[in-house]
Amino acid sequence: MNHSDSSDLAPRPLLNEGGPWGGGGSGNGGGDDPNPWNQPPRGRPGRGPAGRSAVDELLRRGRARFGGRGGPEPEAGRMILWAAGALLLFWLALTSTHLIDKQERGVVTRLGSYAGTLEPGMRFSLPAPFDVVTKINVEEIRQKDIPDAGGNTQNLMLTGDQNIIDLAYSVRWNIREPSLYLYEMRDPADVVGEVAESAMRAEIARVALNDAMGPQRAQIEGRVQQRMQDILDSYRSGITVQGVAIKQADPPAAVVEAFKSVSAAQQEAQAYLNRARAYAQQIGAKAEGESAAFDKVYAEYKLAPEVTRRRMYYETMERVLSKTDKTIVEPTNVVPYLPAPVPPKAQQ
Amino acid sequence: MSMSDNLASRPVIGWAIAAIAAVLVVSSTVAVVPETKQALVIRFGKPEEVYNAYRPNEDFGQSGAGVIFKLPFVDQLQWVDKRVLDFDMERQSVLSTDQLRLEVDAYARYRIVDPLRMAQRAGTERRVEEALRPILGSSLRNELGKRPFVALLSPERGAVMDNIQNRLNRLARQYGAQIVDVRIKRADLPDGTPLESAFERMKTAREQEALSIRAEGTKQAQIIQAEADAQAAAIYAESFNKDPDFYNFYRAMQSYRMTFGIDNPNAAGTSNLILSPDNEYLREFRGRR
Repeated sequence: MNHSDSSDLAPRPLLNEGGPWGGGGSGNGGGDDPNPWNQPPRGRPGRGPAGRSAVDELLRRGRARFGGRGGPEPEAGRMILWAAGALLLFWLALTSTHLIDKQERGVVTRLGSYAGTLEPGMRFSLPAPFDVVTKINVEEIRQKDIPDAGGNTQNLMLTGDQNIIDLAYSVRWNIREPSLYLYEMRDPADVVGEVAESAMRAEIARVALNDAMGPQRAQIEGRVQQRMQDILDSYRSGITVQGVAIKQADPPAAVVEAFKSVSAAQQEAQAYLNRARAYAQQIGAKAEGESAAFDKVYAEYKLAPEVTRRRMYYETMERVLSKTDKTIVEPTNVVPYLPAPVPPKAQQ
Repeated sequence: MSMSDNLASRPVIGWAIAAIAAVLVVSSTVAVVPETKQALVIRFGKPEEVYNAYRPNEDFGQSGAGVIFKLPFVDQLQWVDKRVLDFDMERQSVLSTDQLRLEVDAYARYRIVDPLRMAQRAGTERRVEEALRPILGSSLRNELGKRPFVALLSPERGAVMDNIQNRLNRLARQYGAQIVDVRIKRADLPDGTPLESAFERMKTAREQEALSIRAEGTKQAQIIQAEADAQAAAIYAESFNKDPDFYNFYRAMQSYRMTFGIDNPNAAGTSNLILSPDNEYLREFRGRR
């Protein structure tokens, strides 16, 4: 078998010569390749490119002896060598240069140990097996919704006055210190959610229901943010809480009707007050008008009391009596008999 | 020819064997410890040494992470997490001193600070958690059960948590762990009757509030009206009191005009006057005497 193979491939014996030297060329491609081209006769003949390349290299060296067959092949051999070199260079270039985006930082570990953080820009490190660079987006504001967005479940919690509130809020955070973020905690992103929930409940447990639903929202948000930041700092988490936003603070669905009746009552009370104020205004204006009219007349009256009084009396009587039926009973000593008044309709 | 082939290929085989041997030696004597892990060297089944052990507030890069050497085949490595780990407690039902029930969710964060002791006493991080979890539950129940319901909601809760943490820490230290933080995540009223009655209480409180708002509104409205009446009376009095006699006359004139339908077009009925000649108006009617 060996005989027939070696007779097929005439230059095979020369392989021995080229072995170590050819190995240098193909060694970059794969470290465990020596065997296939070392024993080609027992393997599948003519299969391994490494074997052929060694042959080709030999052919190139022994061009004179095998002149007729060595036309293009020495060129191919050299190219493979070059390609291997280029691959190595490419590998070096790829794993030792890093383009760090404006929003990112690159955390470098040298053989496992933290070796600095790369700022944005074109940065360099040792090649791959020695330095490993992990890129982390530190500018991006991440948002955590509690309860998770989309679910329509209620997130009930107890308030300081032992009422129950349905609260939905979100936390915005980003990474301040990439190395702490990577090395200090397991699942830092989950931790943010848990800390938020704990801080929010602790804070809500200190305020009354009405305050939580209305006027104190902003203060609650601020205090929760502060509390979260303190806790996360105590973990050395490398996380900055950018803000806490209460999206919804409502009474639970079971009692929402009762809360509506309160606001209805408030509207009603307001309506009472409006009506009373309208009445007050009306009464006040009337009093002022009438007293002002009296004052005017009285001022005139004071100038000539007797005459004015008479004049007013006669004017009024004139107007009153001109429109009424009049009966004058003359004799003073006779009791007058009067006809019973006839209703106006019967007259017609 | 095959003889010469075999002989000639020996150096190649030698190289290969050497390379494989080198890889084996290196891989069995050298290990890379990352920042997030502590490496525990176990020699003949006995924990010997710790690399990259936790030290409080150390700077990364200055820690023990990096390349370490060990004896081949004899030394085994056990990786122990160096980061802050956490475990959740199962939901616990806690009864306060005033017999109110509360469902509590809590979590604890811890860190393995002594991997050697941890390996000897517990074996793995998971076993530490399994040992600590029931203790967290029971100490939570104990501490919270000593207090009235209101205290669980108050800022006093901080002290409760400190007590629980200390208690848990005593146990954790035996396992080479340190409790970083214990926190109540949730404290809710249990579903069913307690929750329903809380809702009922809220509802009646609101209804009461609505009633009192209405009553208060009515009261305010009445006060406003009364004040307006009083003010009007004061205005009238101030003006009319200058001459009560003239006011009487003036108002009488106004009143006549009103009642006999001159100033008031809406007045109903007709008037029929029977006048005595003694009437003031008719005094001149008789002619001068």
